[in-house]
Amino acid sequence: MSVALGTEAPQFDLPGVDGKSHSLDSYAGAEALVLVQSCNHCPYVQAWEDRLSAIARDYEERGVRVVAVNSNDAEHYPEDSFEEMRARAAARGFAFDYLYDEPQAVARELGAERTPEVFVYDRDRRLAYHGAIDDSRDETAVSQQYLRDALDAVLGGEEPAVSETPPVGCTVKWK
Amino acid sequence: MKIDFLYWRGCPSHPEARELLSEVMGARGIEADVVEREVFSEEEARELAFPGSPTIRVDGRDVDPEGASGRPALNCRIYHLPDGRSSPVPSREQLEEALT
Repeated sequence: MSVALGTEAPQFDLPGVDGKSHSLDSYAGAEALVLVQSCNHCPYVQAWEDRLSAIARDYEERGVRVVAVNSNDAEHYPEDSFEEMRARAAARGFAFDYLYDEPQAVARELGAERTPEVFVYDRDRRLAYHGAIDDSRDETAVSQQYLRDALDAVLGGEEPAVSETPPVGCTVKWK
Repeated sequence: MKIDFLYWRGCPSHPEARELLSEVMGARGIEADVVEREVFSEEEARELAFPGSPTIRVDGRDVDPEGASGRPALNCRIYHLPDGRSSPVPSREQLEEALT
């Protein structure tokens, strides 16, 4: 079961595809932090990844950091190995950090179930929004911008009008 | 004509794909049995050469031959749309071509 709204962000210290380690403290200066349970192999993730990059770019100047975390079992899903993560991030030009959670600790602490699944933390690193990026995997059919709306609210010091939506995607691949 | 519709419940795409298949069949006036089969295990996925959910075969031929040889797994299947986007369901055009 996913964490409740208001819960503190999980501590982590994970390798990124940029060759650096990234911890929760690495993002201490961010006005809002978006953690996205993600992976390589899922068509839902792939359908949304350009939109996620666009959000990361659009909100960077406002102090938002977007961090995708892949916790999938790479032994049974080799497309989700760290090496494959690096290759996909380079090929797709991700505008967000992409971290490898090999022990699956972050996914467990978040109670994540799907990829992609979004967790928005406010300035105090309390969970303010949890769920989907928007309301359609088909970008031509989107009518509700859940993540953008949540970020606008959080950056304005308000609670999102919609703070929880059902994430739609592949299951997290547990070991 | 025989249509096999294989799916894994862990991926949410199969109801949308099944509906699209029915729509295309209806639009083309195709009356054929659609044999639905749920795949429950990795072993079964290997036995059925199931590269992900959903997998649709028309008279044994995959609606997306390019993706048919993917690694068998309990997984959401990736369909590549003509415009380069990825999708968890085949396109209407792919289904129309397969049913021709």
